[in-house]
Amino acid sequence: MKTKLTALVVAGIMAGAPAMADLVVPNLSYRTGPYGANGTQYADGFNDYFTLLNERDGGIGGEKIQVPECETAYNTEKGVECYEATKDTGALVYNPLSTGITYQLIPKVAEDKKVLYTPGYGRTSAKNGKVFEWIFNAPANYWDGASVAIKHLLDENGGSLEGKKIALVYHNSAYGKEPIRTLQELADKHGFTLTEVPVEAPGQEQGSQWLQIRRERPDYVIMYGWGVMNQVAIQEAANIRFPMENLIGIWWAGSEIDVQPAGAAADGYKAVTFNGVGQDYPLYDDLQQYVIEPGKASQGGEHVGSAVYSRGMYAAVVIAEAIRKAQELAGTSDITPEQLREGFENLDITEERLAEIGLPDFGPPIQLSCSNHGGSGMARIQQWDAEAGQWNLITEFTEPDQEVVQPLIEEDSQAYATEAGITPRDC
Amino acid sequence: MIYREAGDFKTSYRDDSQTFPIRLDRWGYYAILAVAFGIIPFVINDYWANAVLVPFLIYAIAALGLNILTGYAGQVSLGTGGFMAVGAYAVYKLMTAFPDVSILIHILLAGGITAAVGVLFGLPSLRIKGFYLAVATLAAQFFLVWLFNKVPWFYNYSASGQITAPERTVLGHAVTGPATSAPAKYLVCLVMAFLLAWLARNLTRGMLGRKWMAIRDMDIAAEIIGVDPLRAKLSAFAVSSFFIGIAGALLFAVYLGAAEVGEAFGINKSFLVLFMIIIGGLGSIFGSFAGAAFMVLMPVLLKNVLVGTLNWPTDLAAHIELMIVGALIVTFLIVEPHGLARLWRLTKEKLRLWPFPH
Repeated sequence: MKTKLTALVVAGIMAGAPAMADLVVPNLSYRTGPYGANGTQYADGFNDYFTLLNERDGGIGGEKIQVPECETAYNTEKGVECYEATKDTGALVYNPLSTGITYQLIPKVAEDKKVLYTPGYGRTSAKNGKVFEWIFNAPANYWDGASVAIKHLLDENGGSLEGKKIALVYHNSAYGKEPIRTLQELADKHGFTLTEVPVEAPGQEQGSQWLQIRRERPDYVIMYGWGVMNQVAIQEAANIRFPMENLIGIWWAGSEIDVQPAGAAADGYKAVTFNGVGQDYPLYDDLQQYVIEPGKASQGGEHVGSAVYSRGMYAAVVIAEAIRKAQELAGTSDITPEQLREGFENLDITEERLAEIGLPDFGPPIQLSCSNHGGSGMARIQQWDAEAGQWNLITEFTEPDQEVVQPLIEEDSQAYATEAGITPRDC
Repeated sequence: MIYREAGDFKTSYRDDSQTFPIRLDRWGYYAILAVAFGIIPFVINDYWANAVLVPFLIYAIAALGLNILTGYAGQVSLGTGGFMAVGAYAVYKLMTAFPDVSILIHILLAGGITAAVGVLFGLPSLRIKGFYLAVATLAAQFFLVWLFNKVPWFYNYSASGQITAPERTVLGHAVTGPATSAPAKYLVCLVMAFLLAWLARNLTRGMLGRKWMAIRDMDIAAEIIGVDPLRAKLSAFAVSSFFIGIAGALLFAVYLGAAEVGEAFGINKSFLVLFMIIIGGLGSIFGSFAGAAFMVLMPVLLKNVLVGTLNWPTDLAAHIELMIVGALIVTFLIVEPHGLARLWRLTKEKLRLWPFPH
């Protein structure tokens, strides 16, 4: 009995990793846990785009794409397990949608030679491709987001934020702490005062933070939140009658589920975004025809078109384009992670190419190189219209203040290189 | 019939009081050690090391530590996560400040630092007991996590507050950092787990352990027979925190490689280790290992069976997994409130009489 049980246990644990052919793009998703509501939508968008490519074009360059899913629950230990379980199946690229798991994987992927693509999250200074050979974080990173938000405020205030008070409400974790340095630099440059207001994860309890905001009356609040923290923050802001148009979230605080619980009170809330919103793009017709109608949509397609779904889809679009580029460069359709890395470094997604894909003006043009793994960092602002129940894009793609962001990236990546004993590449 | 004491003659007191008095047990123990040290390191791969064995060994050390405090000395603690964080941050500060000193020494020192912090937070145990003490240790949990998040010195002023383990070697083999091979990781944790389990076993059957158990069973009676509660309780906190600190240091440096205090060492971790010792068996060395195995292996096993073999959607599998593990915990506690260790003991007693129970 006991040996049987042991054998069963061993067999069960062994069964974790079936061998695969084709191009493998694991989806380390989280559909459970405190951030499950957001993670589900992202994972659906990610899956559906690859399903569309498989159904419509027979994959990329004739190779089908496999997207094995692994549940991380936003937990770093489960993330490690998922990474280990999938890495020997021929996985090309990882996109874990968690800054914590990203930090864990950064040294590992360099060792195992896998590409890590972290659009809009992860370690900001990974933009410096000289140090972070295997990491890509185009089209924009946290510091770009902070800078674009401040630029938007500058535009609103006729180019000067002198004497203004801005509060940063942030998730007290690696993710939320990222923008602090940039905002401090920007505060020096533009003469506003910055108040840092941390919120403990997961963020259901924010009474004291918003009391502080009510007392100090900042002119603007910038929010770096995720999951339930966003809903609570927007509700609390509404409770203290903080003007919604002065509350700006980063892209991870800009989905429908964040604003809907506050109802009409959330009207006018703004968020930074690096991808288009809504279903007004030709690609959705194909998605409808090839994925949703035949019933192949991930989780039945209930989130199609939501902001986070679009972001997941956008991540898949960039990965697919990089695979295409890699196939072109390598002259073979069955590429390796090394070749995919080349593909990423030579990635050039122009406006015309986006229109060809069926997503005109959906994201900023991306042009990567050996030294630049983060693209231009352009982002735009979206605003919530509670009555219509949709996000409206209110600005064009705006360039972040590279003068401030770039030196910080140099400094932080240099610190990492020293700490990890990496000699930066020449390029 | 086979498993029995009869015929196993002891001729010295030393033999009489050995840990495994029955020959078959001894053989089993040596066989397990032989497999663990002699075979597994040669066949282990990354997945087995990182997803199964390394976390199992690390949690077993943490469970041993908490078992000393809660199971042997009777002091309920909910501060395990916080103390693990002390171990992790101590080893991080040490390994970045003194890169030339061996990592093994740093890990032991991290345990020592955690022991000192544990004694500090153990002081309230002299005045408060039971659930009230649990609340006091809960304060340690929240305070320590807050501290490591708040003071940038602890994470060397990195932009995101994450700590990352640089590469350190033992005898020329990397044991921390991304280049660590699976056998190296496994062996470091195994050696630590083996030595600490051996230490725990010998401490708990010696004078110190007897004092702890006397305090646990009835502190006033213990005081009357001459046990100093101050020393007994604080030594339990110190030894327990030493173990937990080493577990935290290994968890960060060897297993995860990078950690963020709120996520890796939150209150969940305290509960996880507490569940391990409750399921495994309070006041039992074997129970610490059994509980850690149950809590680490069961989710991985269920996930692989449900997703890998039966191809269920991952979210459904994750939810079902939570339910099954929860149900198993409840079932175990109803069927055998003293944990897996007690079940094991009953099995052995039955085996001794088999096939002629009277």
